[in-house]
Amino acid sequence: MSTGAAHEAAADTRTATATAAPRRRITALLGPGTPVYVLLVVLLAALALSDPSFYEPDRFLAFVKRAAPLVILAAGQYLVIVSGEFDLSVGAIVTAGVVVAAELYGSYPDAHWLVMTLVLLLAGAAVGLANGLITTGLRVPSFITTLGMMLILEGAVFYWTGGSPHGSMPEDFRALGRGSAFGWLPWAVLACLAAGVLAVALMRSDFGRTLIATGDSERTAALAGVRVHRVRVLAFVLSGVAAALAAVLVGGFSGVSAQAGRGYEFEAITAVVLGGVVLGGGRGSVVAAMAGAFSLQALFTLLNLRGVSGAMESTVQGVIVIAAVGLGAADWSRPRRRRTHSTRGKPS
Amino acid sequence: MRESPSDNLLTPTLLTMEGVSKSFLGVRVLHDVSLTLEAGEVHAIAGENGAGKSTLMKVLAGEHAPDTGTVRLDGTEHSFTHPSQAQAAGIGIIHQEFALLEHRTIADNVFLGREPTRRGFVDRRAMEERTDQLLTELGESVKAGLTPRTYVRDLPVARQQTVEIVKALASDVRVLVMDEPTAPLAEHEAGLLHGLVRRLADRGMGILYISHRLREIFELAQRVTVLKDGRHVITARTAETDTDQVVRAMVGRELGAYYPPRAEPGEWGDAVLTVTGGGNRRLRGIDLTLRAGEVTGVAGLQGSGRTSLARALFGAAPFTEGSMTVGGTSLRPASPRQAIRAGIALVTEDRKAEGLALRQSVRDNALLVTRAVPTRGRPPAGRGLTRLLERVRLQARSEDQQAQYLSGGNQQKVVIAKWLAAHPRVLLFDEPTRGVDVGAKAAIHTLVRELAREGLAVLIISSELPEVIGMSDRVLVMSDGRLAGELPAGADEEDIMRLATGHPDHSDAA
Repeated sequence: MSTGAAHEAAADTRTATATAAPRRRITALLGPGTPVYVLLVVLLAALALSDPSFYEPDRFLAFVKRAAPLVILAAGQYLVIVSGEFDLSVGAIVTAGVVVAAELYGSYPDAHWLVMTLVLLLAGAAVGLANGLITTGLRVPSFITTLGMMLILEGAVFYWTGGSPHGSMPEDFRALGRGSAFGWLPWAVLACLAAGVLAVALMRSDFGRTLIATGDSERTAALAGVRVHRVRVLAFVLSGVAAALAAVLVGGFSGVSAQAGRGYEFEAITAVVLGGVVLGGGRGSVVAAMAGAFSLQALFTLLNLRGVSGAMESTVQGVIVIAAVGLGAADWSRPRRRRTHSTRGKPS
Repeated sequence: MRESPSDNLLTPTLLTMEGVSKSFLGVRVLHDVSLTLEAGEVHAIAGENGAGKSTLMKVLAGEHAPDTGTVRLDGTEHSFTHPSQAQAAGIGIIHQEFALLEHRTIADNVFLGREPTRRGFVDRRAMEERTDQLLTELGESVKAGLTPRTYVRDLPVARQQTVEIVKALASDVRVLVMDEPTAPLAEHEAGLLHGLVRRLADRGMGILYISHRLREIFELAQRVTVLKDGRHVITARTAETDTDQVVRAMVGRELGAYYPPRAEPGEWGDAVLTVTGGGNRRLRGIDLTLRAGEVTGVAGLQGSGRTSLARALFGAAPFTEGSMTVGGTSLRPASPRQAIRAGIALVTEDRKAEGLALRQSVRDNALLVTRAVPTRGRPPAGRGLTRLLERVRLQARSEDQQAQYLSGGNQQKVVIAKWLAAHPRVLLFDEPTRGVDVGAKAAIHTLVRELAREGLAVLIISSELPEVIGMSDRVLVMSDGRLAGELPAGADEEDIMRLATGHPDHSDAA
């Protein structure tokens, strides 16, 4: 066989790559999440218009700090969704994490904050492990598994605390949620940044690529030697750990409450969907999912600034999640092309 | 070859398409294409993927309006702007993906959207009687076991296709477009379909038959039209042309030998994979040796256990009895992962569902195996990956292109690259060139032979007998879950079919 032909073909491939239109390259770089970045920019601009002081460093960092738990949850939820599953238990893990921390400090008031944090992260991993093993091993749909886990955790918290958790968390532990490093950089922002960097690195690793391929086609992955159960279980575990980290931040920020994590599971899913990540798995980027979380937080802040009742938050969220999926945020390139075809197909 | 009906000057031309052009987003996909179809004629349309066959047919079926050009049916000019208008005019189209409701009966599907009514209610009896009548008209071999009340979901692919055809009959279709109807069928099912197509033509229907398979084109059609890059290349009577000319028209260049030369006996190496007494629910008594450097073909009818054999060797549907060795080590793989670790690779029959993660990039697909099974070597990166993709002669816009947007042939090359990255010892191919155009097919065949020459043991399963015969150094024939026999290189189709159908001449073979 002539190697000349092969070289020629290769040269073709290379030139094609090199001359790809810059616009397409940008879209390819951002992936199917492109609309969410536009949305985020629009929302941030709107915030600046509504409140000129929004971009003063401490105000803006405070905004990022408030968004941090949701961003971390979205990153964890992304891993589960992109593998083709759901995790509805993360809100309950946040609540349970906060309550457990407070109760443990009641018994061991001198526990080091780092030890407490590690205990919570391990507990989150354990819940994720249970979710994953039940979903893959017993073939219970993850929607049901994690819904059940959410109810179990909520019930357990209620039983344990009788509805009003007591105990309090010492200052050094709460500092993670509300304190700042060097006096100006909130620890929560650092945690958020670290989680983001880790998530991006993870999705570039062999594990991340295998995870997304599994979400795209489980059969293809299994026949390529991927241990699909193990990969999915790991996604649930990481989501549980992310939820526990969010619990540490939420506990520090807003203190002990039996409602600490309420609604976070749906906010996280909304954020991920807003980021153009396809439900059912296989498509979307973790950066876009985290941008979705920032967008959601920006929207809530904007509504708040505009004097819209906080009660409307969930209504707005409902509209968004339906609109995001409905408008094909999932894959903007395809519907558009189809539409162009059919309109061209009709006579003018 | 049958007499072409157009020889009779009294028969009016049923369909004329003239000067049809069509562009999408400024890209011209059809340039001034013309075509005629006589009543009672089977007219084959051939061309590589992307040649414009489907677009031309969609123009005819009213799914796309042409930019220029006319469509005349019985001398009347039509400009369809919607599929329903084409349907009403008597044009039917059977796509590769059937338009059937799986959870409804045959009769429901046949009359979908135009159910006969009686006093305002759907007249099921009339529907079922008419459906039964149509099935009967198609003959006993076609009807076999089908009743109007059979649910579509209970039918194998070949029979679902029959339902599509009955649907066309019921709506008095006069021009029927069939888009690669035999692609999903096994050889003997294809034979049944051919009979059916001939019968439809005998009833005066004009049939436009899109196909990659040259043999069936010559068996079935009176004329063949070849498209390339959206242009009309030739229209010829099949009686007056030959395979070479059609292939040349399709690829626009000479294809030397259709298949690369076989291995010389001296080129075979040691046994790489052996099976003794292998069996499971679908297979029994499998004794098999695959040698380095040798291409072993497997033929057999659909359901004879060909695919089960590949899946058993690969651990996807493992052997439950017997023993197996790979590279001299005893191993009966219980999972694909075990098989892969031992150096076995399987290119599956269903490329889209089992071979590719369609929404992932070429790169991610090509690296999937090495990422999942690190013991087979590090995933090739950068230049290494580029070399791998050159090796399989992939033509893609970039390594970032999603697999779903590649042509069938290039998709298959990505699947092969995915396995080559893991340096296999044994390569199993189940239908290596299904739905792949002629050019890519030759490239894949050449590549397979190269790989064998480099010392891989290759097994090729195919329902296309010419492929099995052309590629293999020896042919194993399966029947009823067993290896019914082995034939040397160059065995002819009759020998294979005799073994496959379980009627060997000397029927004393136990």
